[in-house]
Amino acid sequence: MSTREAHSEAVRIDPHTKTTTTGHEWDGIEELDTPLPRWWVVTFYATILWSIGYFLAYPALPTLEGGTQGLIGWHSRASVARDMEQLNEIRGPVLERLANAPLEEIEARPQLLSAVRALGAAAFANNCAGCHGAGAQGAKGYPNLNDDDWLWGGKLSDIRRTIEHGVRWDADKDTRSETMPAFGRDGLLDAKQISLVADQLRAMAKLPGGMATAQGAKLFDDNCSVCHGVDGKGNRDMGAPNLTDALWLFGSDKETIASRIANGGGGVMPAWKDRLDEPTIKALAIYVHTLGGGE
Amino acid sequence: MSDIARNTPTGGLQRRLETNSILLLLAILLLVSIGGIIEITPLFYLHNTIEKVEGVRPYSPLELSGYNIYVREGCYTCHSQMIRPLRDEVERYGHYSLAAESMYDHPFQWGSKRNGPDLARVGGRYSNDWHRDHLRDPRSVVPTSIMPGYPFLAQTPLDAAHIVEQMKTLRIVGVPYTDAQIDNAAADLSAQSAPDDPGAEAMRRRYPNAVVYDQAGKNGITEEDALIAYLQHLGVSVNFKLYDDKAAVNVR
Repeated sequence: MSTREAHSEAVRIDPHTKTTTTGHEWDGIEELDTPLPRWWVVTFYATILWSIGYFLAYPALPTLEGGTQGLIGWHSRASVARDMEQLNEIRGPVLERLANAPLEEIEARPQLLSAVRALGAAAFANNCAGCHGAGAQGAKGYPNLNDDDWLWGGKLSDIRRTIEHGVRWDADKDTRSETMPAFGRDGLLDAKQISLVADQLRAMAKLPGGMATAQGAKLFDDNCSVCHGVDGKGNRDMGAPNLTDALWLFGSDKETIASRIANGGGGVMPAWKDRLDEPTIKALAIYVHTLGGGE
Repeated sequence: MSDIARNTPTGGLQRRLETNSILLLLAILLLVSIGGIIEITPLFYLHNTIEKVEGVRPYSPLELSGYNIYVREGCYTCHSQMIRPLRDEVERYGHYSLAAESMYDHPFQWGSKRNGPDLARVGGRYSNDWHRDHLRDPRSVVPTSIMPGYPFLAQTPLDAAHIVEQMKTLRIVGVPYTDAQIDNAAADLSAQSAPDDPGAEAMRRRYPNAVVYDQAGKNGITEEDALIAYLQHLGVSVNFKLYDDKAAVNVR
């Protein structure tokens, strides 16, 4: 009852602040009707005016059939298409020369080469660095692309093919599909034989602790030499690595080597043919080829 | 009415609303729903909100299980699945996302926080082995990564006991799972994780483009396998070589 009574009091001037009250009163607490700062009020009305202009200029209101299109005809998809066109215009001359130049001749043209390497470096950072590393230094299971140890060949045409069709990438029928058998898992060799082969391999690579035996040599001849060669120097047609050098993709300790023999398989690389366009693949091939180990 | 307009204390709508919490709640609901109604309702009747695109299919049971793990682990809090129609994003990730590509996600995983890269087209960019390495220890393959590792996924067997119920529920909200897909859910789930499985061929027919995983030497399907199956399917449904950008430019 008291609230109702108090509420019926008229709006009055507060003696302390000289401001009018709103007339709202709750349990003796009254609300002052302090005016909003002028700058705030002006900004507020300005945003309303702005929204009206925006509303008319851009697609805004859904209708029964679609929506308002806006007076300036802006469209997000058309906008990005225009941006891409502008980009292609800037890159056009280089892309055209890149498209017309045979892959093998690009490196002989210094000006084109530097432009193509810049394109390749950007594409590499975006698409390849996740596995091969930002500096193409590779990681366990992912080959270093700076050296001259190539699993599938280091000629420009080899590199291009690997990029286009990938390695053991089932979705691409032209992929490099040769795969090492799982000698242990599929019961081709028993644990003792695998151990002997691992020792033999480490001896062939002149790793400390390697142990060549007549038995190991025979097992190697019977099982490994078909792909890796009688001398163990590998075969690029099969993606079979050279086993006599100091470079080991998965590691050179006996345990790792034995596990590779037992489980077989090999690295997998996606095919990029459907994902990247022709000039980008060419630029990537040139970039990788010129990293240091190209043949 | 003039009483309210002049903000007078006695009676009036404002006073009644401010002194009655239920009335105030209803009034707030009414006001807020105006915005919602205008924004949401048209999506249900407009034909151009989801353009028809060739190739998008519902997730296979293994992919759907992976999607559940993606949601559970909150991947969307750092990864978006929405390539915006902006030059930089199209350059980096590929064609901008189409609404149809996520039409069978409930809830969709567009996200908005972009701590990590967008994943809308991550499918097919990396090998399964890479995903394994990366999920267990991201820094083993990307030294500068700030993503936490998820090594426990590889040790947790996948619990797909409710996958059939989930598929049935999704069908109610419009995901076109066929009876055959639902009846064979369990078989398809294991077929996708074993290349020699006799059911792999039938699974591939029901779910075109599904990647089959080599589980040889492992026991059972783990949560990691499911998550990788899901990731490998992201953004690979639509063949953009056949998609006509120019014709679709005014769709949205």
